Amino acid sequence: MENKAKDYSHIKGWGIDADPKNDPTYPMRKRENEDHEGYSWDRPPQQPVDIEVLHSIERPNVTAVFGTSRPPRGLSGKIRRFAFRYGEGSFAHWLPLVMADRVDVVEGILDDLRKGHLPNIWAERGMGAEWKYNRKGLLQRMAVTTALTAAVIVLLKRD
Amino acid sequence: MIAMNYRGPQRIRVDRDTPMPEILHPQDAIVRVTRACICGSDLHLYNGNVPDTRVGETFGHEFIGVVEEIGSDVTKLKVGDQVIVPFNIACGECTFCEQELYSCCHEANPQATAAGGIFGYSHMTGGYNGGQAEYVRVPYANVGPMVIPEGMHPDDAVLLTDVVPTGYHAAEMGGIQKGDTVVVFGAGPVGIMAAKSAWLFGAGRVIVFDKEEYRLDFVRKYAQCEAYNFLSISDPVVFMKKTTDSLGADVCIDAVGAEASGSKLQTVTGRKTLMQAGSATALQWAINSVKKGGVVSIVGVYGPTVNMVPIGNAVNKGVTIRGSQTSVKRLLPKLVKHVQDGILDPKAIITHHIPLEEVADGYRIFADKLDNCIKPVLVPPSANI
Ligand SMILES: NC(=O)c1ccc[n+]([C@@H]2O[C@H](COP(=O)([O-])OP(=O)(O)OC[C@H]3O[C@@H](n4cnc5c(N)ncnc54)[C@H](O)[C@@H]3O)[C@@H](O)[C@H]2O)c1
Ligand SMILES: [Zn+2]
Ligand SMILES: [Zn+2]
Repeated sequence: MENKAKDYSHIKGWGIDADPKNDPTYPMRKRENEDHEGYSWDRPPQQPVDIEVLHSIERPNVTAVFGTSRPPRGLSGKIRRFAFRYGEGSFAHWLPLVMADRVDVVEGILDDLRKGHLPNIWAERGMGAEWKYNRKGLLQRMAVTTALTAAVIVLLKRD
Repeated sequence: MIAMNYRGPQRIRVDRDTPMPEILHPQDAIVRVTRACICGSDLHLYNGNVPDTRVGETFGHEFIGVVEEIGSDVTKLKVGDQVIVPFNIACGECTFCEQELYSCCHEANPQATAAGGIFGYSHMTGGYNGGQAEYVRVPYANVGPMVIPEGMHPDDAVLLTDVVPTGYHAAEMGGIQKGDTVVVFGAGPVGIMAAKSAWLFGAGRVIVFDKEEYRLDFVRKYAQCEAYNFLSISDPVVFMKKTTDSLGADVCIDAVGAEASGSKLQTVTGRKTLMQAGSATALQWAINSVKKGGVVSIVGVYGPTVNMVPIGNAVNKGVTIRGSQTSVKRLLPKLVKHVQDGILDPKAIITHHIPLEEVADGYRIFADKLDNCIKPVLVPPSANI
């Protein structure tokens, strides 16, 4: 395309960061010699590992810092421990993790019930917002779900 | 304290009894959150598409706040500082941080080597609680956080934690040369910023694709670009070829990621059944509509397994594919200046300020594109600004 004649003065900042040297065929690597020496940096101090931290088998250690939001627990935790026996490139790693996530949801509900808390699924799904801004769509979806459920019940009851 | 709490796919709530975060490492800081956004990346978690997202986690990787407490080795921040906290957690010392690849830090995420540490983004990126809360633990506080410059609006500051750098980075990875035609897939916050940034690199033409008419209207005005609705185009790739002299765009940017729509096969295998790591429709279109020898820049996020993309076409066409999570720290000084100079106006994309207590509705509004939502910001009750 012929763009030379075009005027871009209406676009604030046009071309201010243009960089003819930004050659994407060589991505942003800025390696100095010592960067070829592998695992050689001075590691930051280690955050005390006083909870269970599952770490990828593609690294030798737990990172210097890590999150503590939810250590593995229950059946989902068992599945997660199993998953972490496999490398990150393996389905044996990821598929169990997806399964563990779903088991975790059930465990979460049981946990809520045990604490005497009945989860308000309508509110948790933000349905109030849907009701406010997309009532028609929501009612349509509810009608379809009801119809489908009714159809399934009728089918199941037939023989 | 009050914090967002994940209970399962599309189920979140506010937990009023979340324990306060504590200093766990000498380089930690505790920050009282004043603004926290919901991001397109959070939707992958929300929909249950990121493996190792555990029930009870708090999300949120785009936040600003006030330093409340610092660990014994924190020298660059003091209590009371108002800070922009980049979404990456990075040590500043490992071989990747040395190369300014802060998103690839090797000392922040034990669970996966293929991803760095990110606040509030599942155990696939380190298992950290995020900023959709009143308080948050910020590791490596000497490295990431930047004090908010005098006079900067908090809504601008919070968008500098991710959206602005990511949009800019998408354009930067495109290696845009003066006069290039740049196509951006996605008119969400990231795509909007990518379109805007493409001009800064001297693009000759910027074209955006999405399916939400209100977002297309917005990006047309905000980024002064062309914008088309792919729902009204039978084959977006053919359309693109036709509008670009039949050769294709010089640079295509995927600012959609795993939640893409537009292809039934991709949607069913990528979003409904998780047989692939998200729906790769936008990436497929990007590879197919870029010019031979062109560049595909990916900032859209996908899961860790595999995706269906036309890699054979990429090879045959000699396409360069470049992607990454943004290294926010590397870009912050330049982008802060662009905001201060009025070149970029991030806060204009914020459509909703939502009390943190209504976080479940906030996710719903953003996920379902209700009420013409572009970017929602959560405001904790203790924010006071
Ligand atoms: N690499 C990074 O560092 C980084 C940082 C932030 C966000 N992201 C990713 O960027 C992506 C966009 O984020 P966002 O906040 O703008 O999300 P968003 O969900 O608001 O926007 C995505 C937009 O894409 C549109 N879309 C869906 N399918 C499409 C298709 N086939 N072609 C074109 N458009 C399509 C949607 O209608 C929506 O408007 C997400 O995948 C997010 O995870 C990456
Ligand atoms: Zn984000
Ligand atoms: Zn590092």
